[in-house]
Amino acid sequence: METLEPLLAEHPFVRGMSPSQIETVAGCASNVRFQTGQYLFKDGEEANQFYIIRKGRIAIEAASPTHDPILIHTYGDGEILGWSWLVPPYRWRFSGKALELTRVLMIDGKCLRGKCEKDHDLGYELLKRFADILAGRLDSARLQLIDMYASASKGRRR
Amino acid sequence: MTLAVAEAPAAAGRTGPPSDPMLPRPWRVCRSVRETDDTFTLELIPEPGQPVQPFAAGQFNMLYLPGIGEVPISISGDPTYPHTLVHTTRAVGAVTKKMAAIRRGDAIGVRGPFGTAWPVEDSEGNDVVFVAGGIGLAPLRPALIQVLSRRERYGRVVLLYGARTPDDILFRKQLREWRADFDLEIQVTVDRATHDWRGNVGVVTALISRVPFEPGHTVAMICGPEVMIRYTVMELERRGVTPDRAYVSLERNMKCAVGFCGHCQLGPLFICKDGPIFPYEKVAVLLSQREV
Repeated sequence: METLEPLLAEHPFVRGMSPSQIETVAGCASNVRFQTGQYLFKDGEEANQFYIIRKGRIAIEAASPTHDPILIHTYGDGEILGWSWLVPPYRWRFSGKALELTRVLMIDGKCLRGKCEKDHDLGYELLKRFADILAGRLDSARLQLIDMYASASKGRRR
Repeated sequence: MTLAVAEAPAAAGRTGPPSDPMLPRPWRVCRSVRETDDTFTLELIPEPGQPVQPFAAGQFNMLYLPGIGEVPISISGDPTYPHTLVHTTRAVGAVTKKMAAIRRGDAIGVRGPFGTAWPVEDSEGNDVVFVAGGIGLAPLRPALIQVLSRRERYGRVVLLYGARTPDDILFRKQLREWRADFDLEIQVTVDRATHDWRGNVGVVTALISRVPFEPGHTVAMICGPEVMIRYTVMELERRGVTPDRAYVSLERNMKCAVGFCGHCQLGPLFICKDGPIFPYEKVAVLLSQREV
């Protein structure tokens, strides 16, 4: 049976990991396809996966009982989606929906959590990578909060 | 790597500065285009007999409305055709609000061009990544036009453009045309989506990881709010583009435009004379200090 290891090994996320660590992560991976409009996960559901987007686009939405879902961010080719599998209580905070036909590598986070408990070197490698992703997401969220294009004009009223 | 930031018009050959840089020359509006709710473009032609000054991508003019005031505005048109001056700006103050209301045939005073230019020619042989935020696409547009007119001289060319909302996206028609007609990767994103928006959502810096370029052979030209510039350079660095390969356009309250009055001083620099285009390393420290 063909494994997903070669596919995973090409991705920058695993750059610098040992072949055996990549093999371990690949052992938890599967190739999945989502149709336009299909949800990958929904707010509040158990979060036992993360995704490496091979091709396509995913929207992150916040649900609202009185409005249409609020579109917060979109992710595209090559990006990593999902960190709730790492943090108790392992539930999705937002919903993820395919905006077009999207192919992903889906990594079973529950399986990986178990392997990380047994192999702390692997756990540390993964945490370093997710810390980097989370830092980038935090920067982005803060910049969105600043509303920089609106504030840019406030100081220059000519 | 440090490329030279051009100090004088390069595209059309230098003919020297106007005899009196403080004296506005009369031009006339030949077209006024409303780009978004608060942003407009003026196309100007010279009054008969008036000299036409060549300009380089990144330079700015001082536009003057008699009895109202004068404002610095980047040139957003084609540097190979200086006979029509194109300026795009937001109507946010007394002068620019009046300017937004002027029509074809109205007169306007022009001083310039002033300042330094994007390193367009020096970037030949490299990948070029343009990163624009909001109205920052306007000062980058002449450099993009110039690069696309000599497309074969560059590697990958990428435009990453962030706007506040879909309604704030500038030059929509031209973005579509560029996408269709040129070997140019364009990614547009908005900070806040409307329900009918089908494109990217998120800050422009998030696009940097998605596009292909060779970091060691890439020149980045960045224009937008200064906070965006700083985070863009950080994100480029994460991709392996060193800050010495980044060039930025800064804006301050330019008044005289020739380095006399000091209104646009930023630390040891006068934005009007030493800029507005700077190698990022020259201004990096100044951009993170308050009240410089």
